[in-house]
Amino acid sequence: MNKNERKIFKNNMLTYLMVIAFFVIVQTMSSTGHLSNLLNALLVPICVYTVATLSLNLVVGFSGELSLGHAGFMCVGAYASALFSNIAQNVPLVPRFIIAILIGAAVAAVFGFLIGIPVLRLRGDYLAIVTLAFGEIIKNLINILYVGVDENGLHVATTSNGYKLAAGGKQIMKGALGISGTSALYKPIKSWFFLIGIILVLITLFIIQNLVYSRTGRAIMAARDNRIAAESVGINVLKYKLTAFVVSAALAGVAGVLYSHNLSMLKVSTFDYNLSILILVYVVLGGIGNLRGSIIATVILYALPELLRGFSNYRMLIYAVVLIAMMLFNWAPAARNWRSRMLEKIRPGKERKEAA
Amino acid sequence: MMSFISYLISGINLGSVYAIIALGYTMVYGIAKMLNFAHGDVIMVGAFVILTAITKAGLAPWMSVLLAIVICTLMGITIEAIAYRPLRKAASPLAVLITAIGVSYLLQNLALLLFGADAKSFVTIINVPNVSLFGGQLTIKGITIVTIIVSAIIMTVLTLFVKRTKPGRAMQAVSEDKDAAQLMGVNVNTTISLTFAIGSGLAAIAGLLLCSAYPTLTPYTGSMPGIKAFVAAVFGGIGSIPGAMVGGILLGIIEIFGRAYISTQIADAICFAVLIIVLLVKPTGLFGKNVQEKV
Repeated sequence: MNKNERKIFKNNMLTYLMVIAFFVIVQTMSSTGHLSNLLNALLVPICVYTVATLSLNLVVGFSGELSLGHAGFMCVGAYASALFSNIAQNVPLVPRFIIAILIGAAVAAVFGFLIGIPVLRLRGDYLAIVTLAFGEIIKNLINILYVGVDENGLHVATTSNGYKLAAGGKQIMKGALGISGTSALYKPIKSWFFLIGIILVLITLFIIQNLVYSRTGRAIMAARDNRIAAESVGINVLKYKLTAFVVSAALAGVAGVLYSHNLSMLKVSTFDYNLSILILVYVVLGGIGNLRGSIIATVILYALPELLRGFSNYRMLIYAVVLIAMMLFNWAPAARNWRSRMLEKIRPGKERKEAA
Repeated sequence: MMSFISYLISGINLGSVYAIIALGYTMVYGIAKMLNFAHGDVIMVGAFVILTAITKAGLAPWMSVLLAIVICTLMGITIEAIAYRPLRKAASPLAVLITAIGVSYLLQNLALLLFGADAKSFVTIINVPNVSLFGGQLTIKGITIVTIIVSAIIMTVLTLFVKRTKPGRAMQAVSEDKDAAQLMGVNVNTTISLTFAIGSGLAAIAGLLLCSAYPTLTPYTGSMPGIKAFVAAVFGGIGSIPGAMVGGILLGIIEIFGRAYISTQIADAICFAVLIIVLLVKPTGLFGKNVQEKV
């Protein structure tokens, strides 16, 4: 191992340790009754959003493309897995959940591939708007989908009375009403969901970190930094961008699986572009291309509006102001100069490298 | 046939509103190279100002519209100066995008606090009698005629402004090359402020027209039309003024036709699908400039 590799290794380990430490502390607090019910209810969603943020960071940070439709992939993963969980009720609990996760990831990956092929030919803001468009299309189509199951198999329609179910049949997907009762199917392992969520976060981290620091990852970043230069040294830019996009979509699908199995009501209206934008906010505030920052930003920013509940109506207003202030403080060149001057005053004599 | 024409007319009505909003998007994009996500919410603010001025303060309709335009214009200038200008030279273009999202949250939640979440019904301001054609077979609403005329006037004036006047040419210069424009004596900051002022003033008018055609008003009223107008701007080629007009009107027509002939539930999906197809064929929109990348 050379020096650089060791540094990366240490950095990665630190991130894993941070997640595990977070889990241990929160779990101890929770089991000794130091967490309010409200905070306890936030734990699994925090894992959901962390996975989603990490996955989006792969596209935005490492592949350098702005995606505004990530909620669409979460949506696809959530629905595909919830559908499976409702149909395959005779499969034992644990394997069923694992298969559900794999199905969510696989279906989201397929969508990522199909959407990525046309989308990644576009550049910059055009790419952003098309991902937004795809997110909205997915949402719109699922909104009119009705799926029922009976002894004859699956029935699919686009209206509520599009098919007749035989006696004993069950309506699973009900258009805008979505899928209900998925979490009830997993009641025995419900208390383990936070642990499962943390494991999924760790797996996501593992996949992204290994991808990023591999040959593929370096090609992805080369294509981000200079597309033309990357092409001229024989990197197939489209292929590598597509790889990043598909992996990211699959991981977002996993986030969707956890989301749908944690809730008793799954509605498509959750997955609108506001959700995509929310995740993007976490990515940017945590630091573009910084995985540890993504995790920290998600935990803080997701918990923030809930912790501000005491301010009732003012909480979202405060959230908005904090968001704007943080962006200005973090990104404005004037604020950055001011910060580095302040740091020099505190630590005189020490040469400070300009943070990238 | 008559129903086709009447759908076409209401499509042009909706499309004109989209076009006015899209003009704001496209001008700001052309000059500041940023997606102003808060633009849709300025529409909502404009509509709320008009509603409050008429129902609470008892102002005359024309005065309240004027007030809304003034307030929105000032708001646009202030937002640009406080939230966007410090980030103009930021390392990542995403920074200003996220800040714009923050501004959008801020406006929505301010409106939520001041006016509540329940839908208000918008007042009727534009009292123009409906027009009956072909012996009553085809009725065109008064508001539709007003909307189409107003947007035609706005587009003409704006085009003339940008092409013929000094500040308009300054805008073109800044959008072409900021640094070169500055060397030629153009005040870049003022020009960008002016662009935001015009865009936000137009948003107030769009708020009036939108809420006159679809008279329910909530703090979130602006967000979907804002997104649609953004789509329209991209559709026509973002940064291009004629592109925004054509894109807006086409999108309005597609949406109304989709709603009437295919399905109301997936009309939005149809709009977005058309956008995707257009971008795949012409990656920079209908009127967009195709800039060749050089090493």
